[in-house]
Amino acid sequence: MAQSIQSQTPDSVTDISWQSFVRDWGSDQRTFKHVPWGKAMMWIFLLSDTFIFGCFLIGYMSVRMSTVEPWPNASEVFALNMFGHDLPLILIAIMTFVLISSSGTMAMAVRFGYAKNRKMTTLLLVITAVFGATFVGMQAFEWTKLIEDGVRPWGNPWGAPQFGSTFFMITGFHGTHVTIGVIFLLIVARKVWRGDYDTGRKGFFTSRSGSYDIVETTGLYWHFVDLVWVFIFAFFYLW
Amino acid sequence: MADASPTADDYVPPAEVEDVELYHPKSWITKWVFSQDAKIIAIQYSSTALAIGLVALVLSWLMRLQLGFPEAFDFIDAEQYYQIITLHGMIMVIYLLTALFLGGFGNYLIPLMVGARDMVFPYVNMLSFWIYLLAVVVLVVSFFVPGGPTGAGWTLYPPQAILSGTPGSGSGIILMLASLILFIIGFTMGGLNYVVTVLQARTRGMTLMRMPLTIWGIFVATILALLAFPALFVGAVMMMFDRILGTSFFMPAILEFGEQLQYGGGSPILFQHLFWFFGHPEVYIVALPAFGIVSDLLSIHARKNIFGYRMMVWAIVIIGGLSFVVWAHHMYVSGMNPYFGFFFATTTLIIAVPTAIKVYNWVLTLWQGNIQLTLPMLFAIAFIVTFVNGGITGLFLGNVIVDVPLSDTMFVVAHFHMVMGVAPILVIFGAIYHWYPLITGRMLNSAMGHFHFWITFIGSYAIYFPMHYLGFMGVPRRYFELGETEIYSQSAADLNAFITIAALVVGFAQLVFLFNMIWSVWYGRKSEPNPWRATSLEWQTPVMPPEHGNFGDELPVVYRWAYDFSVPGAADDFIPQNVPPSAVAVSDDPETAPA
Repeated sequence: MAQSIQSQTPDSVTDISWQSFVRDWGSDQRTFKHVPWGKAMMWIFLLSDTFIFGCFLIGYMSVRMSTVEPWPNASEVFALNMFGHDLPLILIAIMTFVLISSSGTMAMAVRFGYAKNRKMTTLLLVITAVFGATFVGMQAFEWTKLIEDGVRPWGNPWGAPQFGSTFFMITGFHGTHVTIGVIFLLIVARKVWRGDYDTGRKGFFTSRSGSYDIVETTGLYWHFVDLVWVFIFAFFYLW
Repeated sequence: MADASPTADDYVPPAEVEDVELYHPKSWITKWVFSQDAKIIAIQYSSTALAIGLVALVLSWLMRLQLGFPEAFDFIDAEQYYQIITLHGMIMVIYLLTALFLGGFGNYLIPLMVGARDMVFPYVNMLSFWIYLLAVVVLVVSFFVPGGPTGAGWTLYPPQAILSGTPGSGSGIILMLASLILFIIGFTMGGLNYVVTVLQARTRGMTLMRMPLTIWGIFVATILALLAFPALFVGAVMMMFDRILGTSFFMPAILEFGEQLQYGGGSPILFQHLFWFFGHPEVYIVALPAFGIVSDLLSIHARKNIFGYRMMVWAIVIIGGLSFVVWAHHMYVSGMNPYFGFFFATTTLIIAVPTAIKVYNWVLTLWQGNIQLTLPMLFAIAFIVTFVNGGITGLFLGNVIVDVPLSDTMFVVAHFHMVMGVAPILVIFGAIYHWYPLITGRMLNSAMGHFHFWITFIGSYAIYFPMHYLGFMGVPRRYFELGETEIYSQSAADLNAFITIAALVVGFAQLVFLFNMIWSVWYGRKSEPNPWRATSLEWQTPVMPPEHGNFGDELPVVYRWAYDFSVPGAADDFIPQNVPPSAVAVSDDPETAPA
């Protein structure tokens, strides 16, 4: 009965049906071969976090569609007066550029991490963290400007009060993610710099000795936060 | 070759990962308090859950006293009644059942049953418990703040949940939401551990399709929880903002005491969707571990392999998947497009198919088994009966046209108490009687156990069968008292009094059980290793109770599934998972020798 699943050389090993898919997933000891525990855990956490952001965004779409008051015009609300011109979405374009760039430096950090190049890994992790901090800083500036314009969680001068509430809640939740990411990046950068992963000192968030895998795991989180931003950007600024 | 077991295999692949280093506690505090050993964490989780569950049990007595004998008790007024009902529901569903099944049984059994030394990230696992404890503390604090805990009903529906007419709309509701958010954060930390341990840290030979069904149930339930709790998290955050900042996510334009409130434009239905997107999978977060555990109890105590193992696994997975597409059947009376009602009724009824497969397989496992009427077995059989009862009324309520008149009556209360209250709790009791010797090295007292079982089992029916009838008469749920009315005959009041007495008796039996659990730690009969002659790995540890690291110097190697009971030709009626086919003792008795 279950023999075809357990046996190492089943007769039907060549079939490419869903059975072989199940056989791979159910295989001995590890479902995902050569995937460290931390990385598997981060992937599953991100899946869960996807549901959180998904619920936030669906909630936002739902209130935006059900409200009877007009929705403020994104290209006016988020415009920035620079050099005497109102430039729509300029700040957000820079923010997005910074955050996407940080994904690039993060990817490079992972590569140097696996090469055990401590100097370059630390440098790139710190650059990524600086990009992230810059993003949060610009977001704080954007919030300040909107608050000065009279946007509050419970109302704003242009229309549906849900504009302010969803905006502050969702960008705030995302900004918190970025801030936590920056802190994690700096902690990992310090550990890499000190050589913890060569000397067998305690890793991050574990009482075991750490390894360079944590750079990639942190990177997964960072790329996820960037990806979420793409959706927030599309739904808040382009819709 | 005596071994006729279909799944046994002498070849076991070499280890893919080296044995991990364990965290070794240096002091009493790190060993027993801030422990990173999943077994200690499990006991901490279970004790906390049972303690707060005891509070919810007392709340249910107060509720029943009021319903059975209205106007007899001055210390319960209408506002307090709502607070009692809210906290009873919330504690039982989330802080007791979820925490006990996943945090308690999950932590204890997953590493032992898959043959791991511990959870993959013991430090995060430890944090999980302490955040859970914090959530419980915040919840308890809400009993003592001005205005008391929230009385919004366990579903916390806005707008009434945060309006000033609802008891506990001051700090009560804020603390409730904060506690839920903390619970979800804490649970996520533990849940990630459970899932990754099952996926990535099994011992040699332990393929997914050789795992005991207990682990399958807990594993799939944890995945459901990781995907369903986010919706509650988001709902709680939004309602918190509505309450504290004055946003209008869920709050429509509304008048209170003749005055227009600041709110406007929000959607109360949005909260219901978020809540039930969590709330329905939550039913299966509680039920699936119960399904898994009961399968193992039946197989072990009937000395027979589980019937249709692979079908059981797939049924668990399919029920888990379907549970995400049925949530709006809780909202038929909220008003929805008839086509949606049709869709959700259909998906709801489809769940009956995999569930029925499971029930048939349980019964067929018993059929011609060598049934031992031990306490775990009694509870397991009681579960099957109770679950079928609760499940069948679920089929009624899944249909829109039947649900509408029965909504918000006692029929619904009886249904969900049978199916997700009594049924999983019977499994919890069975599981505690079953694994208590493993955890403490002593057996629970059998006489007290039988007393507990019969009172609980028969008493539950005395409580909930009449309640279905009350529901058919139209007696609404959540009402403080029926008062002077011609609608309900005197029999409704009599039945309510009868139910209350039955509930108090059943409640008393639980105190006997609690006493038994504490008493037996010191005075219980000493258990020999593997007292139930079970096959799964948790009973095969070098010492019982298992020590830190679970398996001594070497991890066990698994050669077979967990259900090799009464294998023809074998000397014993069970073959543990870690016994290779070549080492199975052969029976000398020609009667049982293989043909």
